[in-house]
Amino acid sequence: MSETTLGGIASRMPKFIRRADPAVATAFACIVILLLVGSLYSRSFLSPEYLLQQLKVASFLGVIATGMMLVVLLGQIDLSVPWAVATGAMMACAAAAYGPVGVALAIPFGMLCGVAIGVVNGIGVAYLRIPSMIITLATNAVAQGLMVVYTGGFSPQDSATAAMRYLATGFTIPGVPNAVIIWALIGAAIVFVLTRTSFGRAVYGIGNRERAAYLSGIDTRRVVLIAFAVSGGLSAFGGVLLAGYASKAAQSMGDAYLLPSIAAVVLGGTSILGGRGSYLGTVAGVILITLLQSILSVMQMPEAGRQIIYGVVIVAMLLLYGRAPASR
Amino acid sequence: MKDWRYWLAEQRGTLLAFGIFIVMFAIYSGNHPAGFTANVVQTAANKGVLLAFVAMAQTLVVITAGIDLSVGMIFTLTNCMASWLVIGTGLETAFGLVAVLGTGLVCGAINGAIVIYGRLQPIVATIATGAVYFGLALLLRPVPGGSVNEDLADFLTGRFFGVVPASLVALFVVVLVVWVPFSRSELGRAAYAAGSSETAAYMSGVPIRRGKFLAYTLAGLLAAIGGLFLTFFTYTGEAAYASGNAYTLFSIAAVVLGGVSLFGGKGSAIGAIFGALAFRTIGDLLFVFDFDPLWQPLFQGIILLIAVSLGAFALFRVRNRLEWFL
Repeated sequence: MSETTLGGIASRMPKFIRRADPAVATAFACIVILLLVGSLYSRSFLSPEYLLQQLKVASFLGVIATGMMLVVLLGQIDLSVPWAVATGAMMACAAAAYGPVGVALAIPFGMLCGVAIGVVNGIGVAYLRIPSMIITLATNAVAQGLMVVYTGGFSPQDSATAAMRYLATGFTIPGVPNAVIIWALIGAAIVFVLTRTSFGRAVYGIGNRERAAYLSGIDTRRVVLIAFAVSGGLSAFGGVLLAGYASKAAQSMGDAYLLPSIAAVVLGGTSILGGRGSYLGTVAGVILITLLQSILSVMQMPEAGRQIIYGVVIVAMLLLYGRAPASR
Repeated sequence: MKDWRYWLAEQRGTLLAFGIFIVMFAIYSGNHPAGFTANVVQTAANKGVLLAFVAMAQTLVVITAGIDLSVGMIFTLTNCMASWLVIGTGLETAFGLVAVLGTGLVCGAINGAIVIYGRLQPIVATIATGAVYFGLALLLRPVPGGSVNEDLADFLTGRFFGVVPASLVALFVVVLVVWVPFSRSELGRAAYAAGSSETAAYMSGVPIRRGKFLAYTLAGLLAAIGGLFLTFFTYTGEAAYASGNAYTLFSIAAVVLGGVSLFGGKGSAIGAIFGALAFRTIGDLLFVFDFDPLWQPLFQGIILLIAVSLGAFALFRVRNRLEWFL
């Protein structure tokens, strides 16, 4: 897919895609470039199996980035992702140790713990007016503390339930991994909410100017609270899927998802100041980040080099199209 | 308003942090099995000074209404670097010191350049540069190791005249050399003005860009001094992701405890230092009361949560609901 065919397709697409940011087009163009670069290293890079595998890996990040995007659209940020992910995974696995009822309730329980973290964030941001960056860091620390106490500082011994493994690695439709289907469903739901419901309009409104949204009769504090709760829940669900993928939860399993989820949202053209951005962009950002990670591992880059390239690429791409307008 | 009342209002956050620290330290040393001795003070000072340096670094950036989520990683990077360079003869050690501090300055300047001239949001930009700095640290020290000039290390972590912890003296010197000139300079005031109201500062012809740039750069330097001291205490360099992140997080907690406004334009590094010392003492209270160390992360997290929630009391003073939204 090149930019010209994207334009051709765009004219036949629904309105919300046609209005998409140039940033989204740039992100897709970068994906194409990455695919070309990757195919130079390995023949199998463009094979359908490999691409589908990438999409499966991307779907974990996609689920987490969906929640992050909702919060970023409000002009806030959720830095509690790492331990919301780990808490979701650990609590789901822990619930599985309590007999058949526990197994049945493992996934909802894991998500509920994430929602609880999100609700604390939401109360802090919406009702106590604490900067989101600070309160989410604090809840992240508390969640970490709780998990350290719970696990005794070791990797938890409980393992994922069959249902979690099925969601993360199984196939309902032959050839399409379940994780991808889940991401598609969540994506469709968030697109519907953002574009077709008053809640979605309120999110964009608050992101642009909370004061104006409040004066228009929107209960802005409730909207912010719900958005943070959803973000926490989706992070935890991402953790549940990851636990299913790896068969168990691990300490600091979520650390690798904070920067990528923010980067995916911002690279997808969503303004970090809020109020502007489309889900299509986030999808592009998630795929972009996943491909970048994949290429770096195909090149057998050590962890140190990966971190450096990763940070440099994100700064470079943001400098390309993520800059704030020149002041005044 | 009378002069002293104005001064009191301006320093309220700092004095509060000082008060919290004194009370906490009294409880700490009162219940410590060894009591209030030079040894206890020295150990506490050495631990607290590390966070104090990083918290000072964070303060400089927070004053400009920004945030530096890479301070912990600069701290880690300079620790790894010092474990290679600050060793050998006097001249070699001196060269190593300059190189390490210079690296800190460059890291801070890169952050500043990206945020100010690149016009990126500080949160995203410094998370990304933090990843780069951590990658470099990992490149330098894939496994923990290295060593440091032990004479210098022992001198700076020991005691003067048998009672005064040398690390506290070093902290005091850094405050005199870095913070006092900065806060009294034109560019320092520009950094405050930019944090208070960037538009108004711009309209008044204040050099906000240079002020902010200086703040970010000096923040890198202060984080590097912290990294240097970490090397002096541990004699090794280690690229530990969790520890770098923890220092970033604790620096924010210390800044908040120290009465520095996260919205910018208010507070001082002195307050942040007492905030850092208080935060460390509170964290160590668990040990003197014989709790399982496993509970420490949770305990620190809860203190952090309470500290950041304290700011919410300002809401009670809000007369018009529209003031909820900045």
